[in-house]
Amino acid sequence: MSAQGVDVEGVSFGYGATRVLEDVSLSIRKGEFFAFLGPSGSGKTTLLRLIAGFGTPDRGRILIGGRDMTRTPPWSRNVGLVFQNYALWPHMTVAQNVAFGLERRRVPRAERDRRVRAALDMVGLAHLIDRRPAQLSGGQQQRVAIARTLAIEPEVLLLDEPLSNLDAALRAGVRQELVELQRRLGLTTILVTHDQEEANAAADRMAVLDGGRVLQMGTPTELYDRPANRFVASFLGTANLIDGTVEGGVFRAGGITLALREPATPGRATLALRPQAIRLHRDASGGALAARVLRTEFLGGHVRYTLELQEGQQLTTEEVHLRGRDPLAPGGGVQLEIDPQQVSIL
Amino acid sequence: MTWRRTRRRLGRLLLALLLVVIFLYATLPFIWAIATSLRTGAALFDPSPFAALPTLDNYRSALGGRTFLRSIANSVAVAGSVVLLSLLIGLTAGYALGRTSFRGRRLLLATILAVSMFPQVAVLSGMFELIRVLGLYDNLLALTLSYMIFTLPFTVWVLATFMRNLPIELEEAAMVDGATTMVVLTRIFLPLLAPALVTTGLISFIAAWNEFLFALTFTLTDEKRTVPVAIALMTGSSAFELPWGQIMAASVIVTVPLVALVLVFQRRIAAGLVAGAVKG
Repeated sequence: MSAQGVDVEGVSFGYGATRVLEDVSLSIRKGEFFAFLGPSGSGKTTLLRLIAGFGTPDRGRILIGGRDMTRTPPWSRNVGLVFQNYALWPHMTVAQNVAFGLERRRVPRAERDRRVRAALDMVGLAHLIDRRPAQLSGGQQQRVAIARTLAIEPEVLLLDEPLSNLDAALRAGVRQELVELQRRLGLTTILVTHDQEEANAAADRMAVLDGGRVLQMGTPTELYDRPANRFVASFLGTANLIDGTVEGGVFRAGGITLALREPATPGRATLALRPQAIRLHRDASGGALAARVLRTEFLGGHVRYTLELQEGQQLTTEEVHLRGRDPLAPGGGVQLEIDPQQVSIL
Repeated sequence: MTWRRTRRRLGRLLLALLLVVIFLYATLPFIWAIATSLRTGAALFDPSPFAALPTLDNYRSALGGRTFLRSIANSVAVAGSVVLLSLLIGLTAGYALGRTSFRGRRLLLATILAVSMFPQVAVLSGMFELIRVLGLYDNLLALTLSYMIFTLPFTVWVLATFMRNLPIELEEAAMVDGATTMVVLTRIFLPLLAPALVTTGLISFIAAWNEFLFALTFTLTDEKRTVPVAIALMTGSSAFELPWGQIMAASVIVTVPLVALVLVFQRRIAAGLVAGAVKG
C-alpha cells in the first residue's frame, strides 16, 4: 500500500560492518510535512540521502510517488535537496544557480527565466538576482538554496538541517516562511533535524530515530503526549522517568502512589512525568507528597525546580513565574501533587 | 640607544644587499643573454655589459634560418597538446581519485607518485623501443606521449587534492538538480578548479617547452626538432664557428613567451599552488 508521497519499505543500510539503518519502514503522504528527528548518529541524514539517491540500500525499497526509485540515480529522481551549508555554486550568480536545474531539464529560455524569477519571488529575493553567493548573508543564501530546489518543481523537497547554520533570531522566521511555502505549494517535504522544537513547529507528522531504527511515528502532540519508550519521552522535552510497578491500575514507586486513568498491564513499569503534570503547593495542606527543593533556576517566564522526595527520588518541574510569587528557595520544603491525566506508562 | 639604531640600519643595509645579490643571481644570465644577442663579431667578446652598437642582426638571422620558425611551431604544438591532454586526463583521473572511493585508490596514487620519481634517463631506452614499436619515431606525437610521463603524475595529484577539498555538497546539489557526473565535472568543478588548472597547465607547458633529452632522442630530422634541440644544434657557416650571437637571440626569443605567460597568470598561479598544498 503506497501513500504516494514517499514510501520506505524495510530499508537497511550500512558501511561495511557498521550498521546505519536497520529495517526502516515509513510512509509519507503526498503533500505532507514530515520530520526525521533524532540525535546525531541516529541515521536520519543517511535515510534522507538514500531518498535523494546518494547510496543504495542493502535491503528494502524506496518509492517516490508510488514508483520504485531504489536504484535510480539522484539526477533522475526529481527531488529537491536543501543542505545545511547551502551549497550554492560560488562561481554562478543567484539567477544561474536557480536556473541550473532547469537547464538540465532543457526548459526553453523564456520559460526558464520566468520560473527563476517566480522561484526567487517566492523567497522574496528577486531583487538580488545578479548577485553572487559570496555577496549574500547566510539567511539570503539559504533562501536562494530553497528557491533553487523549488524552481525544478520537485516531487519531494528534502531539507537536511536547513536552519542550523542560521543564528537563532533568524531561524524561527525562516522556519515559518518555509512552512507557509510548503502549505501553499502542497509539496511533500521531509525535514531532517536534531532540534525537537523545529520538528514540532513545522511537521505534520514525524518519526523519531535512534540507532538506525524508527522508534515512534506520529503527530508531534501524539509523540509528546504518549511517548512509546524512554528515549522518545526524554528526547521530546523534559520528562521525569520513574521506575516502579503497576498493580490493579495503581502505579507505585517509593513514596509515589498514583491511581492511573488509563489501563496498564500489571508488572514492572516506568512512569513518564512531564514537568507540567506536577503541581506545587506552597501551603503545607494542599499536596499529597512532601519534597525538598534541591535547585532553583529562574528562566524568566518560568522557574525550573529540581525536587527531592523523601524516598530520595529526584523530579524536575516547572512553574510559571508571576510577579509577587517569589521562587522557592533551595533547601526549603514544598508539597506537590501529580495530575494522573498527564502521565504515561512506558 | 644609538647602538641599537645603528644595528637596525646595518641590518637593513645587509638585507638590501642580499636582495641585490639574489636579484642579480636570478636575472644576470638572462641579462647577459640579451646583451650578447645584440652584438656581433668581435663585440661578442667585450666584457662590458652594454654593447657599443646594439644590432638586431642576430635576431634577423635566427628567425631567417631555414628551420627555426618551424621549430617554434613544433614546440608550440607539442607543449600545447601536452597541456591539453594532461589537463583532460588529469581532470577525469583527479575526479576518480579525489571524489570516489574504490579498492586500491591509495595504492594507485602512490604508484603515480612513484612513477614521477624515475629519472628521464632511466626510461629513455625503454621509451625509445616503445616509440619504435608504435611507429612514432621522428614524429611529434612521440614527444607528446613521452612528455606526459612527467606532466601527468603532477597534474593528477594536484587536481585530485584540489577536488577532494571542494565541499561534497556542491557536487550533490548539482546531482539532485539533474546533473550527471560529466556535467558536474564540466559545469561545477571545471570553473572552480580554474586556478589549479592554470597552475598545472602552465607548469606542464614550461616542462614540455624546455625538454631536451626526449626531444633529441625521438626526433631525427630538422623538420621535427623542437626549440631546445634546434638551438643546441645551431651551427655557423663552418664547423669551427659557434654562432653565439644567434644562439642567444634564439634563446631570448623562446624565453619571452614563457615570461609573458607567467606574468599574465601570476596571481592565479600563487592561488593554485597554495590551495593545492593546504591539505594532503
